[in-house]
Amino acid sequence: MIEKTAAELASALNNGEISSVELTQAYLDRISAHNEQLNAFITVCEESALNQAKAADEKRANGDSTPLLGVPMAHKDIFCTEGVTTSCGSRMLHNFIAPYNATVVENFNAAGAVMLGKTNMDEFAMGSSNETSFFGPVRNPWDLERVPGGSSGGSAAAIAADLCGMATGTDTGGSIRQPAAFCGITGFKPSYGRVSRWGMIAFASSLDQAGPICKSAEDAALMTNVMAGLDIKDSTSADIATEDYTAQLGQSLEGIKIGIPKQHFAEGLSTGVEQSIRDALAEYEKLGATLKEIDLPNNHLSVSAYYVVAPAEASANLSRYDGVRYGYRCENPVDLEDMYKRTRSEGFGDEVKRRIMVGTYALSAGFYDAYYRKAQKIRRLIKNDFDAAFKDVDVVIGPTSPHTAFKLGAKTDPVAMYLEDIYTIAVNLAGLPGISIPAGMSDGLPIGMHIVGNDFAESRVLNVAHQFQLATDWHKQKPDLSGAGS
Amino acid sequence: MEWETVIGLEVHVSLSTKSKLFSGTASEFGADPNTQANIFDLAMPGTLPVFNEEALRMAVKFGLAIDAEIGKRSVFDRKNYFYPDLPKGYQVTQLDFPTVGKGSLTINLEDGSERVIGVTRAHIEENAGKSLHEDFHGMSGIDLNRAGEPLLEIVSEPEIRNAKEAVAYLKKLHSIVRYLDISDAIMAQGSMRCDVNVSIRPKGETELGTRTEIKNINSFRFVEKAINSEVQRQQDVIEDGGRVVQETRRYDADRDETFSMRSKEFANDYRYFPEPDLLPVEIDDDYIDAVRATLPELPDARKTRFAADYGLSEYDAGVLTATREMAEYFESVAKDSGDAKLTANWVMGDLQALLNKNDWTIDQSPIQADRLATLIARIKDNTISGKIAKTVFETMIEDSAGVDEIIEKQGLKQVTDSGAIEKLVDEVIANNPDQVQQFKDGKEQVLGYLVGQAMKLSQGKANPGQVNQLLREKMQ
Amino acid sequence: MAFDRSEVEKVAHLARLHISDAEADEVTSRITDILELIDKMQSVDTDSVEPLAHPLDVKQRVRPDQVTETDRREQLQKLAPEAESGLYLVPKVIE
Repeated sequence: MIEKTAAELASALNNGEISSVELTQAYLDRISAHNEQLNAFITVCEESALNQAKAADEKRANGDSTPLLGVPMAHKDIFCTEGVTTSCGSRMLHNFIAPYNATVVENFNAAGAVMLGKTNMDEFAMGSSNETSFFGPVRNPWDLERVPGGSSGGSAAAIAADLCGMATGTDTGGSIRQPAAFCGITGFKPSYGRVSRWGMIAFASSLDQAGPICKSAEDAALMTNVMAGLDIKDSTSADIATEDYTAQLGQSLEGIKIGIPKQHFAEGLSTGVEQSIRDALAEYEKLGATLKEIDLPNNHLSVSAYYVVAPAEASANLSRYDGVRYGYRCENPVDLEDMYKRTRSEGFGDEVKRRIMVGTYALSAGFYDAYYRKAQKIRRLIKNDFDAAFKDVDVVIGPTSPHTAFKLGAKTDPVAMYLEDIYTIAVNLAGLPGISIPAGMSDGLPIGMHIVGNDFAESRVLNVAHQFQLATDWHKQKPDLSGAGS
Repeated sequence: MEWETVIGLEVHVSLSTKSKLFSGTASEFGADPNTQANIFDLAMPGTLPVFNEEALRMAVKFGLAIDAEIGKRSVFDRKNYFYPDLPKGYQVTQLDFPTVGKGSLTINLEDGSERVIGVTRAHIEENAGKSLHEDFHGMSGIDLNRAGEPLLEIVSEPEIRNAKEAVAYLKKLHSIVRYLDISDAIMAQGSMRCDVNVSIRPKGETELGTRTEIKNINSFRFVEKAINSEVQRQQDVIEDGGRVVQETRRYDADRDETFSMRSKEFANDYRYFPEPDLLPVEIDDDYIDAVRATLPELPDARKTRFAADYGLSEYDAGVLTATREMAEYFESVAKDSGDAKLTANWVMGDLQALLNKNDWTIDQSPIQADRLATLIARIKDNTISGKIAKTVFETMIEDSAGVDEIIEKQGLKQVTDSGAIEKLVDEVIANNPDQVQQFKDGKEQVLGYLVGQAMKLSQGKANPGQVNQLLREKMQ
Repeated sequence: MAFDRSEVEKVAHLARLHISDAEADEVTSRITDILELIDKMQSVDTDSVEPLAHPLDVKQRVRPDQVTETDRREQLQKLAPEAESGLYLVPKVIE
């Protein structure tokens, strides 16, 4: 049962095949069997999960059939959960019990979902391998020697290993899509502004976006139905009507135009990944789509611009961690400056500090125009590239990552790590919706395909992914954890 | 050498909204520490700002009042620095696109002259909290009640030339924001604060000299003293062959001098950038017109009207309209008493003296407008004389009873009964035969003495006009 | 743009981070590499390009001036490393 998609679980719950309490217990058992190896969860909320499950069962008995009622899930530890530790993968917040719920959490609570716990992540969502977490790296269920991707690596590993029915993630430069690719699951980043950021701990405010990490595009649509919508608590939340994101899932792809960015099939792409994506594109042609090569001439600058914008915003967003009102404070500070400097140096890990430094430098006197302003101009060019592309095509498809999951500790050079997100970052800079779905295997490791839509074209992106999943079974592949469990 | 002083003022005015600039937390003065500090105000992870529409309206109102350009698109920026009273580690402010652009206001100087001072801009920003330095085992306490309250920072052009002009400018600003009812603007409570930029240059020079900034001065009087002391210091430095260093200074009122605030090893670098949690604020002409329609009568307009309607001198009209409360007080008394001239004399004379002596604002005056109006009406209808009125006024400070009750209680009512006055007059004539004779011999001025004697006899209560007339008649 | 150890020190101070002497060389070289990556931007002429600060091209919403929060001091100060008499305590603030 635990291997089922959220949609399947919901129908099993509806049919009375299983109760939410039983299902929740099954996941809790699975977590206790495998979390030690995977390190996917930072916090497990056994008691409250079972209480929520019980409440869900009662509601269902009273005729409530809300789609995700009683489905057990996990939240990335970046979402504030009232009364539950919310660490953001950092020593800085290792003791922070959030005094309120993120809107995303509120929405899932209102939908009757059961929260199993909080998943591991790169510290403050800064990383592409989940190795920067204060709570240790997450391991990829397909190969425990490999990374699950990041920063939402805990959620991705938990989904891949069936430790939960669905999970949330956040994506600033690829943090949902890249781990989804590495773990062979579905990860969807909606348009910027589609999902409220209230209660989601900020990394880079103009780029961060929450989204589903799950087992199918259909699940992503069901979760988006819960997550999306205007939230007056977030000024950047879009006042654009939401839709039923499952409504378009049945539409044929006949006549749809798919853009293939030549820059995404260039140097650096591994042959295994390239072959799988080209096969997937051939599958789309069979489904009636036409392919068209497109040009994203400024894509190669996206990583550069991103590593100004994101660290700059982060450098300010992370100034609040000063040891005064909550979180970590160093022992026995001799004076104020010592308190600030030691609290922050001991509370943050190396990658976070590095990005704060880069962002601080980029904003400092004399460099603003050359860095921050320049990056914003590049950001405009990147957005313009997509605007031009979407005049001709309905979606843009390419690989999510240049290669499959790499080994733990393999990438010690930050720049090499940053280039991991070469295909996903531009989408954040432009604020577009993008999904990664499994599209093949190479040497026993999953390959992710990246489907990008125009602003607020969530439904189309989800359907293009869904049609592929109806025709293929890559998303049904499961890692073998028999040797990994206890 | 003859020096010219160049002064620019940055005035922070606390906007009197009910809730904070970006959160729904109450923003009252004087609450228990940190009882007005909620999750956003404490910069809890994941919290986000939402803009208070009233702060915007108040800023636009101010802009219209000083005839300024209104920014139809204003942008919030982050100003980054670390301080324990700044929870987010940045202050949200408006750098390049403020809500209020160039405007001006007219200042009134003591010699009766006027000058127009340019306002460069006024922008909306967040207040910081407060550090309390009482000793908590060698630590400081942080109160964040004020953190995130809306401020309007009003920046003047460097067009102010001396300390008196600076004070006149501040008083005018104070008056305008009070008329607009957008701030309490109480310097002692910090709801109006002032940073002063001062430089000097040889007279005739057009380049600006190096300026220093004197931070956080908390009264009009100290602004004047701080400027004078800083100007003197800068002259001394230059005349001794030194040069002024650009720095932040603090005014020590006890020593009446400014001193340098410890500058850190590295200069401040605020790393401003557009606040990504907020979007540009856009307003249109309809919005601006709607705000314009709510503008009250402003000090300059009211001054002109008072002069015309009440026959007051320019000077009196200026004094009486300097604060909204004073103007409203005056107008209420003048209307109820029916004598504007007499009202002006009383308000600017006895009442002002009373307020000055006790350091009271008009709102704190024990002589409320309706009581002063009755007092003046009693002078007009001859119930009491002007002299007795002063006694009544003194009593009113301590006694909150009605004016008529006080007059009655103390038996101060003027004697107008002709029989009683005749008795008085007869007594005076009988007691002063010499003076009576002198009067009869044509020495008119003796009459004043005799009237005075009669008044004394009546303990001031006799109607002097009646006494005067009867004395004349009897001595013919 | 050259990024050397003195820059590291300056930037670390601005960001209130402590970089030990032992770390300084590595931090300098890592950041130099990152700046090299960033500097690729400089190859494109963007003189006529309007900066894009935000993917959402919409205006700021406003909220009515209403008090919606209640006092939660007791609960919130439990999260503080050090608080007393309703105040957050920090090492002496010297002005």
